[in-house]
Amino acid sequence: MILRDTAPTGPLATRWQRHRNDLALVGPTRRRRFEIVVVGAGLAGASAAATLGELGYRVRCLTFHDSPRRAHSVAAQGGINAARDAANDGDSIERLFHDTLEGGDFRARESNVYRLAELSARIIDQAVAQGVPFAREYGGQLATRSFGGALVSRTFYARGQTGQQLLLGAYQALAKEVAGGNVTVLARREMLDLVVVDGRARGVIARDLVSGALETHMADAVVLATGGYANAYFLSTNAKASNATAIWRAYRRGAALANPAFVQFHPTCLPAAGTQQAKLTLMSESLRNDARLWVPTRPGDGRRPEAIPAAERDYFLERRYPRYGNLVPRDLGSRAVKTVCDEGRGVGPGGRAVYLDLADAAARVGADVLRERYGNLFELYEHVTGDDPLQVPMRVAPAAHYTMGGLWVDYDLMTTIPGLFAIGEANFSDQGANRLGASALMQGLADGYFILPSTLAGYLAGASLASASEDGQEARAARADVRARIEVLLALSGRRTASDFHRALGRVLWDACGLERHHDGLAKAIAEIAALREAFWQDVTVPGGPGELNQELEHAGRVADFLELGELMCRDALARDESCGCHFRIEHQTPDGEAQRDDDAFAHVAVWTPGAPGRDPRRLVEPLAFAALPLQDRSYR
Amino acid sequence: MKITLRVWRQHDAADAGGFRRYELGDLSADTTLLEALDVLNEGLVERGEPPVAFDSDCREGICGACGVVVDGRPHGPMPGTTTCLLPLRAFRDGSTVTLEPFGTGVFPVVCDLVVDRSALDRVVQAGGYVSVRTGSAPDAGAVPVARQTAERALDAAVCIGCGACVAACPNGAASLFVGAKLAHLAELPQGQPERARRAQALVAAADREGFGACTLHGQCQAACPKHIDLGVIARLNREYLATSLARWWHRGG
Repeated sequence: MILRDTAPTGPLATRWQRHRNDLALVGPTRRRRFEIVVVGAGLAGASAAATLGELGYRVRCLTFHDSPRRAHSVAAQGGINAARDAANDGDSIERLFHDTLEGGDFRARESNVYRLAELSARIIDQAVAQGVPFAREYGGQLATRSFGGALVSRTFYARGQTGQQLLLGAYQALAKEVAGGNVTVLARREMLDLVVVDGRARGVIARDLVSGALETHMADAVVLATGGYANAYFLSTNAKASNATAIWRAYRRGAALANPAFVQFHPTCLPAAGTQQAKLTLMSESLRNDARLWVPTRPGDGRRPEAIPAAERDYFLERRYPRYGNLVPRDLGSRAVKTVCDEGRGVGPGGRAVYLDLADAAARVGADVLRERYGNLFELYEHVTGDDPLQVPMRVAPAAHYTMGGLWVDYDLMTTIPGLFAIGEANFSDQGANRLGASALMQGLADGYFILPSTLAGYLAGASLASASEDGQEARAARADVRARIEVLLALSGRRTASDFHRALGRVLWDACGLERHHDGLAKAIAEIAALREAFWQDVTVPGGPGELNQELEHAGRVADFLELGELMCRDALARDESCGCHFRIEHQTPDGEAQRDDDAFAHVAVWTPGAPGRDPRRLVEPLAFAALPLQDRSYR
Repeated sequence: MKITLRVWRQHDAADAGGFRRYELGDLSADTTLLEALDVLNEGLVERGEPPVAFDSDCREGICGACGVVVDGRPHGPMPGTTTCLLPLRAFRDGSTVTLEPFGTGVFPVVCDLVVDRSALDRVVQAGGYVSVRTGSAPDAGAVPVARQTAERALDAAVCIGCGACVAACPNGAASLFVGAKLAHLAELPQGQPERARRAQALVAAADREGFGACTLHGQCQAACPKHIDLGVIARLNREYLATSLARWWHRGG
């Protein structure tokens, strides 16, 4: 396997433009001869499909939702970063590059991160032109706020529903292209396999979720924009249906997967309550512009929060990280929460939460101003808990939220299978070992609106693609594999539900591959997950048939893939014998409890490919070089 | 808590369908209605029976996938609440709760509580957008937008496309949905160039899809989980009337 770094060398600031200048073009009349399949219709998928449609390619966009407007990007709350220096506080492309690379604890590529920072401003231009109603100052200019890991105010927002508004912008752009006839949206379709012909991605096998029919969508290139895999943990902030099946099927067909152990735990989610809970709810990082996190100084202090005087409260982030205070990056925030809870100072049932307190801000700026900034978040909190967060401090706890790992891609966002591209959270490229808040929306849209449309043309212009048919041997074989797997799942009629296995996997991953990891726990988890997977394929039960709407069958297929991916996550965490960003191996910490990187041994991307049948997966490495921003210890204190 | 769910079961579009009753015990008052359905479904799957099909995804009231008629009301008895956020404490212990799909002529039932709302997508495709090509956008800071204008646009743009307004309307009208999109884009400077065409195109598309006419019952506003109010329908009427009159005038009366 060749891990090609397609980024040009030379000055960082002009790399992307020089690369664009070198990429071959496809002329406007020739574009309509190319068929592109885009899987997923979130920020990355919808923006890519719409832009490719505008350029004149024939695009089919598959989504498992009933409408592209429902993709999980819709749930992103706080905002989107862009280097516009709108606050006149010293922001710049270089500063955003620096913050992102350092926030990721130096485990991302300089070229990619710089390009992301460089494109960030244009995303805001595009979104505003589409009618995205960003928050404004009284003078009519765009408003900003701050997010973790930054000392500047560069996050653009629309109340606490920025993801929804940006997604509607992309969805409407997609609707425009559907009306124009260049894009066909195929809703309620789930990709279940990739068709590879002569070593190139040439289509996907999808299941029509209403009729159960298996469809083959052949294409000249395939783009996966299918999001992350945090639902492997069963309880996460991801939507119920978010899953890893598309990227995992691509991996099984030969696309390498990078850094699968890099999972972000968001520090401020509503704590899990009871066994019937289906998912966890996020409370936006943006709240920490105004909120202060604290716990009682005394372990086991059972008093109500308002009865605890200021002198007996520990504002633990402000104490540990005086420079950044409550706006530290998420990996540090989550671990700090875990530390104070492990000390017996957590609050709420089970003692696993901390207070997120808005009282000081309410006294300073008034409750009305806070409602204007976060109104829909307060309403959501009240719906879930029954409490008004302006009266009683919120109780929050860490939860699995985002996956920095994903399909390995080169600078052109192409995977190790030529013709297969991965964009947005589905790839690994820009976020390193920890993503900064408000950078996921930025990356999804930079990939979809600006990067992929250029690099895909470069691929198509240079590739000599023989005709590939859905009746060809490869497509038939892929269909047969999918059909066989469905038949096996339906024939098992065991005793346990797919959810039961999913919960069991989630517990193993949370304990061994969660906020803290260590050698023995990971080794044990790998064996446990293998055993769980074996039990699944003997004892799962899936009622109903293949040729109908069968949501249990959908879930079982996704759980089966999580049971494979979960093991690879643990293998990656075990092999990376250092701490960095989200990946905290307790064997490797500094005297004051921070992640201790080992740059000599691990300043690289871990790239996994399936081994030969019956053998363990193979771990390759892509070395990372740091020239513009030399390797250094992260400092938020 | 104990609760009896009386659920509409319908295998597919061709099936006549009917209600089935399921008794559930041992539920917490904080459990949501959809989590109660999860519990019911897991029990059904263990017994080898087909679970109740329903759409839902984010479980935090923003994706718009969920939508069930609960005791006769789309999204149930709590105002401003999607079905996924509806806690069981909204019901009396031991009560029977009836769950039906968002059935209107324009949203055919697909299976159990799942309906086909693709008509709403087709309305947006008729012109519910700003025609701006990627890369052609001017500087975002070039045109100031008054703070209250952006806020008003967002008040309408928060629509999640769940279709509760249509399900609640005695006429099956989509005027709240259409009005919200028109109000969002007509409010902003970026929406001006296509404003007239958009109003005409969206109204025509809604007619084509078979949505009913608005007679201002106001049930849509009561059912909307995002507090979108009848003001957007007044906006729709104004946009539509003004552009119709202008067209009539330009054609020479």
